[in-house]
Formats: sequence, structure tokens, C-alpha cells
Amino acid sequence: MNVAVEVAVRVVLVFAAFLLFPLVVGYMEHKAMAHMQGRLGPMYAGGFHGWAQLVADGVKFAQKEDIVPADADRTVFKLAPWIALLPYLLVLVVVPVGPGGLVGSDVDAGLFYALAVMSVGVVGAVMAGYASANKFALLGGIRVAAQLMAYELPLVLSAVSAAMAAGTLSLGGIVGAWRPWWLAWQLLALVVFLVAGVAELRRPPFDMPVADSEIIFGPYTEYTGLRFALFLLAEYAGIVVVSALATVLFLGGWKGPVLDAQLGWLWTCVKVLFVAFVVIWLRVSFPRLREDQLQRFAWMGLVPLALAQLLLTAIVKVAIS
Amino acid sequence: MSDGQRETTPGAGLVKGLATTLKTMVTPSHTAEYPHRLPELPPRSRGVIGLFEENCTVCMLCARECPDWCIYIDSHKEPVPPARPGGRERSRNVLDRFAIDYALCMYCGICIEACPFDALFWSPEFEYAEYDIRDMTHERDRLREWMWTVPPPPANDPGAPAPKEVDAAAKTAAKAEPPRSNDAARPQPPWEAGDDGG
Repeated sequence: MNVAVEVAVRVVLVFAAFLLFPLVVGYMEHKAMAHMQGRLGPMYAGGFHGWAQLVADGVKFAQKEDIVPADADRTVFKLAPWIALLPYLLVLVVVPVGPGGLVGSDVDAGLFYALAVMSVGVVGAVMAGYASANKFALLGGIRVAAQLMAYELPLVLSAVSAAMAAGTLSLGGIVGAWRPWWLAWQLLALVVFLVAGVAELRRPPFDMPVADSEIIFGPYTEYTGLRFALFLLAEYAGIVVVSALATVLFLGGWKGPVLDAQLGWLWTCVKVLFVAFVVIWLRVSFPRLREDQLQRFAWMGLVPLALAQLLLTAIVKVAIS
Repeated sequence: MSDGQRETTPGAGLVKGLATTLKTMVTPSHTAEYPHRLPELPPRSRGVIGLFEENCTVCMLCARECPDWCIYIDSHKEPVPPARPGGRERSRNVLDRFAIDYALCMYCGICIEACPFDALFWSPEFEYAEYDIRDMTHERDRLREWMWTVPPPPANDPGAPAPKEVDAAAKTAAKAEPPRSNDAARPQPPWEAGDDGG
């Protein structure tokens, strides 16, 4: 009975974080992007600086007509948004928030699990592109697949670097082994992980699959209402997950300047939000990469960098021990 | 990116982009929250045209100069009793209707330039949208009301020559100075004074 209650509490907490954090990040994107462009962003919804803007957006999406194109593969079309969204919830379960088992579920091979499940989210977009019976959606879906191929490798390689440095695949174990000087040691891996993570989320400047000026909205072209909102939510949940993984792997998770044991969860949240801010910052600052530039950047830029970091990690690791 | 800029360090452009957005973020934004905070418009803003109907002589110049014919003027003549017994009866124009159709008006301001009697003025007021296009025609009482919103003209720039009107008035005053002593002996109604001149 006790175990059941504990599991229920953990599930509810993870689910609450899963619902709350994407909204916080979405609101941050609204405001940060607006101010970076010399605007104010939402100011009226909810009264204080438009804090309820995303709630209002959700209400609006819920009121929209639910359309499935006549020629669409109905089952796949309806399933795709859930496939896109749910993996991020499942990843969030294993992300350690604080020391002493403050985690949804402490999986031994947590890193392996997180990376494997995270890339399932991309399949949702591929399914959406395939099932929409729309050439733009199909093109976008294929671009998503190509992007997943290209950026999954540097993502995994840089994550492997962190696992190698810590000598464990457990996310909690990696944070436990982390030392501040790793920031310099694993800097390259952090950059590669973040860039590849942003690319895997199809966030600008890697948003070629949803490039509105050429293929409308890529795989999501035919989606309306709640299903479309789920895709948007998946994007922000993805930011949260990538930021959380970057925090855990490279930024020391719950380790802060003071009171790690008591305030660990706060340090984690601060770091996650900071990384999410960087992701938004990149979006505002850089123009979209062309499809060929995108592939070239992954294969000729990130993969060699990730391999070099792996080599460096191995050398330092051997030198230490 | 181009070959001409090779000498800069790689990635310098990316950092510059990030710095630009960050700098913009920490500087106050330029957004004016309009319905809650009204804009401060310069006095010469072309918002709406006010009619100072006391000055209007129904000369119709504005209506004739208007490029899209959005000014409607109706008038009639009224006899003015002779000034002196036995004199001829005069007539003057009386304005019956003066309307500007702002659905047609293109805010060129030619009517204001054309008015020789200073009866038309720009006002910066701009909030007169209507649900019915027919309500965009402002009749003379509404045009008269706009006059209260006309701001005083802005002061001249320092060192600028005095306006032509001031020069002309000063010259006229200087010319009219000597005969004034003669005129004082024979008081005259103002409308007769014009007849003497020509």
C-alpha cells in the first residue's frame, strides 16, 4: 500500500511538472522573444504581463473545429500528436531533480532509456507528415526523418562522453560524479548536445522541416485544434526535456553553490530554465539553415566535434585513473 | 560568411547576433500600449479637419480644390440692409451645410492650404472610426467641435525668418500709419473702408 501511494505521488508530481514546465517555457519564449525584438509580448491575458496567455491559447485551440483530411490515414493521423508528446513525459520520469531519490523513477541505464525514448517523439512528426495526404506535410516529414538521422548521432556521442566521464549510465550517478571543472572538460560535448538537441526538436535555426515560407508548416500543415496544440506542447515539452538532460549531463544537475541537499531541486529548475532560455535565445538570433547546410553542419561539423570530445574524454579519464 | 570577411574569427558573427538580441532584450521596448496610453502626436499631425465656421465665407475654394470631392457645401444669400438710409441693399453668403466625408478624404490637406480665410485647420485627433460608412460624413457642427482640439501652431525654429503674414501685416501697418490721422476725423463703418481702397 505504501509503495502504491509513493508511486502515485511520484507520477502525479512528474505529470504536474510535465504540464507546468512547457507552459513556463512557452511563456518565457513569448516574453523573451518579444523583448529581444523590441516588443512587449502578451500584456493583457490574466492581468499581469499576460501570464495566462498560453491558457487562453489552449482554450482557443479547444474551441476549434477538429478536422481530419478526407484522404488522410485517419488512425495514424489521430495517433501522431500523442506519439509526438508522450515520449517527453516518459523521459521526464527518469530525470533526477534532487539528491536522495528525488526522481520519478531511478532507472539504472537512465541515459540509454532517455535517449532511446526521446527519439520516439520525432517519429510522431514523421507519422503526421506521412498520414496527412499533403505533399508539404510529406516533404516536411521526410525532412524530419533526415534531420533525426543526422543529429541523433552527435546527440548520442556527446551524451556518451558525459557517461564515459562519470563511468555510469545512471542519470543520478552522472550528477553524483560531476565536478565543476567538468564544465571546461565537457564544454564541447555540452555545445554539441545542445545544438543537436535543438536540431532534433526542429527548433529554429534548425526548423527546415516546418519552414513556413516553403512548406507551410511541414508535418503539422493539416492539423487543427487540440491536435495542433498537442504538437506545440510537444515542442515545448521537448525543450524542457533537452534542457533537463543538458543540465543533468553537463551542468551538474542539483549541484549548486550552496545547500545542495535542501535546495537541489531549485538548482535543477534554475539550470533547466536557463538552458531553455538559451534555446529561445538561439531561435531569436539566428536565421534558418538551408536543408543542405543543415545536413553538412551535422555530418561535417557536429559529428567530428563529438568524436574529438570523446577522444579528449577518454584521454583525460585514463590520465586521471 | 563571404570571402571578403575571412579575416574575422569564425563564429564572430554568431556571437554578434546573440549580443544584439540580448542587448535589445535589456533595453526598454518601444511598444506604445495605445488604447491605454494615448500617443503624443505633434501639433501638425493630420488627424481630422476642423471647421472654424465663423471664418467661412462660402467661397467654395476648398470644395473645388478637393481632389476627391469629399467636401459638401450648401449656402444661400441673405440680404443685408443698407448701411446708410437710401443706400443699396447688399447680400452676403450664409452657410447652410458644410460636410466632409472622411470615408473619401485622403488627408492631402489641400482644402486647408486653399482656404483664404483660415476656416479649416488640422487637428491631431484620429479616433473617429464608425460602424457605418455613412457616419464618416461629419456635418458642420461636428466639424466645428473638432476646432476645440486644434493645437496652437508650433513655435518657429530659433533664427527662422518671421512668417510672411507678420511681415505683410507690419508693412501694411507702416503704410497705413500716416493717413490714419485724417481718417480719425471721419468715422467709417468697417465695410466701407474696403471700398475706398479699390
